[in-house]
Amino acid sequence: MVTTETRRAGSFRAVRPPRAPERLGPAARRRRQSVIAWLFALPFVLIFGFFMLVPLFSSFLLSFTDFTSKDVRNPLGVGFVGLDQFAELFGNQQFLHSMLNTGYFVIVGIPLTMAVGLALAVALNNGITRFRSAFRVGFYTPVVTSIVAVAVVWRFILQPDGLLNLMLGWVGIAGPDWLNSTEWSMPAMIMMAVWRNMGTLMIIFLAGLQNVPVDVLEAAQVDGANAWQRFIRITLPILRPTLLLGAVLLSVGFLQFFEEPFVMTKGGPLDSTLSVSYFTFNQFGYGKYGLASAASYVLFVVIALLSLIQFRALRSKD
Amino acid sequence: MTDTKTAPLRDRPTTRTFATPRSGRYSAWKRQGWVYAALVLAGAGTVLPFVWMLLGSFKTQGELLRRPVTWWPQDPTLDNYVRWFTELHIDLFFMNSLLVAVVTVLGNLLFCSMVGYALAKMDFAGKRVLFLLVMVTLMVPGVVTFVPLFVMVSKLGLVNTYPALILPFLVSPLGVFLMRQFMMGIPDSLIEAARIDGAGELRTFTRIVMPLCGPPLATLGILTFLGSWNNFLWPLVAAQSEEKYTLPVALSLYSTGQNATDYGLLLAGAVLVIAPIVALFIALQRFFIQGVAATGIK
Repeated sequence: MVTTETRRAGSFRAVRPPRAPERLGPAARRRRQSVIAWLFALPFVLIFGFFMLVPLFSSFLLSFTDFTSKDVRNPLGVGFVGLDQFAELFGNQQFLHSMLNTGYFVIVGIPLTMAVGLALAVALNNGITRFRSAFRVGFYTPVVTSIVAVAVVWRFILQPDGLLNLMLGWVGIAGPDWLNSTEWSMPAMIMMAVWRNMGTLMIIFLAGLQNVPVDVLEAAQVDGANAWQRFIRITLPILRPTLLLGAVLLSVGFLQFFEEPFVMTKGGPLDSTLSVSYFTFNQFGYGKYGLASAASYVLFVVIALLSLIQFRALRSKD
Repeated sequence: MTDTKTAPLRDRPTTRTFATPRSGRYSAWKRQGWVYAALVLAGAGTVLPFVWMLLGSFKTQGELLRRPVTWWPQDPTLDNYVRWFTELHIDLFFMNSLLVAVVTVLGNLLFCSMVGYALAKMDFAGKRVLFLLVMVTLMVPGVVTFVPLFVMVSKLGLVNTYPALILPFLVSPLGVFLMRQFMMGIPDSLIEAARIDGAGELRTFTRIVMPLCGPPLATLGILTFLGSWNNFLWPLVAAQSEEKYTLPVALSLYSTGQNATDYGLLLAGAVLVIAPIVALFIALQRFFIQGVAATGIK
C-alpha cells in the first residue's frame, strides 16, 4: 500500500517539472521535502521513540539478563544470562498455569463474544424497525465505562447471596460463590468480558452488515429461502472479512487479559484467574524485572503470530 | 444509515404479502415482536449493573447488607455522595483526570495529524520504516513496555508528577494510523494546487488539510479521551500520592483500603467515575459509533 502510493506520487512529480517558487532541482527538492517531513514527524518521533521504542527495546534486552529492582541504581553491572529467564519461565508451574488460564479465557471468551455481538448486530439490523439507536446505546454503554467502577458493582452482584444468584434462584438454579470458587471464577471473568466487549463487536458487525446487498437477500427470499438459510448462505460469507477483523481485535485484547482479575479476584482463588499479563505484573512487583520482561515477550510473540496468521487468512480469501 | 439500507427488504411486499397487505403487516409485527422482546430482555440485562449501582448509591450501609437484597432504596440518602465531596476530595481527582485527559487529547490530535500528514502526502527517506514501526507497535501488549517505562520514569525523577501521567500517552500509533488513512483520501491535486499557489507545507497543513480532517479528529479525540479517562494501571503505579490520583486510581485504592466494605461509598464513587463519560457518550454517540466502525478499535 505504502509503496504503490509513493511510487505513484513520485512518477507524477517526474512528469511535471517542479514548479516550486525556488526552482530547485529534483534532488534538492526531494532532500528539502525529506527535511520538512521529518520536522513534521519530529514531535511524534521524539515522544514515541522515548516512551515506546526505548522501553520496547530495553524490555527485549532485559529478558536476557538477571536484572532485578536492585540493579536500577547501576544498570550496567547486570549479568547476561542468555536464555536462562526463558528456561526458568517454562519450568515455572505458575507461568504455565497462567498460560492455560489465558488460553481458557481466549478460547471460550472470543467465540462467545463474537456470537453475542453478531446476534445483536443482526437483530438490530434486520429484526427491528424502531428504537435502533436506543438499543445501540444500551449495548455499547459497558464499553465506555471504567473497569474499576464496573468492578465495584460486579463484585457486589456476584456475591453468593447477591443479585445474580437471586435471579438464578427465580429459575431454580442455586448459583455458586462465583469469585471464591476455582471452578466458577473464570466463567465469571468471561461473563464480564463478554458484557464489556460485545458492544464493540456489535458496532463493527453492524458496519459490515451494510455491505450485504439487499436485492440479493430479496431475490433469495422470493426463491423461497427462509431467514436462517439467507443468513447462512448469503450474510455470513459476505461478512467473513468483518468477522475476521473482529476476531483479530478481540484476540489482541483478550490475550492481554488483565484488568478483570486485577480488580475482581487478584488472580485467585488459587491462581485460577491468573493470566500471563498478571503473572508478568506480579514478577515486576517482586522486582524480577528480567523474568517479567521475558514473560511479556512470550506474550508479545504469541499475539504477533496469531495476528499474522489471522491477517493472512483475511487477505488470502479477499 | 442502517434504517435506509434495510428498509426495502422489510417494506417491499413479497409475493405472499402482496396479496394480503394487511395480514403481511401484521405478521411482520408478530415476527418483530419476538425480536423486540429478546432485545429488551438482553438490554435490560446489559444495563442492570448500572441501574443497580445507581440505586445502591442512595442506600444506607445497613440496607446494602440486608438480605434478601432490596431493589428500590427504602431510606434514600445522599450521604455517600456527600462523603466523596467532603472527606475524599473527589473534586481534586476529577480535575486530575480531566487535566490528564485534555492534554493527552490535544497532544494526540496535533502530533498524530502532523506525522500522519507527512506519511500520507510527503515523500521522504525513512518513510516506510517509520510507518512499519507504527504498525508493529499497534500490537505490543501493555506489559511489555511497562517495566522499562517505570524504570525510566523513576530515573528521570518524574514519578508522581503530571508529566509521568501524560507523556507516555501523548502520542499513539493508532492515532497516526487513523490520520494517515484519512489523509491518503485527500486528493493530491488539492495539495499540489496549494503548493503552486506558493503555500509552504506548514500553511498547506494548517489551512488546507486540517480543516478537512474533522471526522478523524473527532474519532481520535473521543477514543483518546475515553482511553485516558478509564486508564488505570499506569496511573496506579505512576501516581503515588493523593494529590495526583485520577478517578479510577482513587476509586480502586479506596475499594481495597479501609473503606473496602463501605459499599454505599464505593457505589457512589463508581457512579461519579462513570457518569461523566456516559453523559459524554450519549451526547456524542454518533461520533463514538462512527469511530469504532471506522477503526474497529474501541
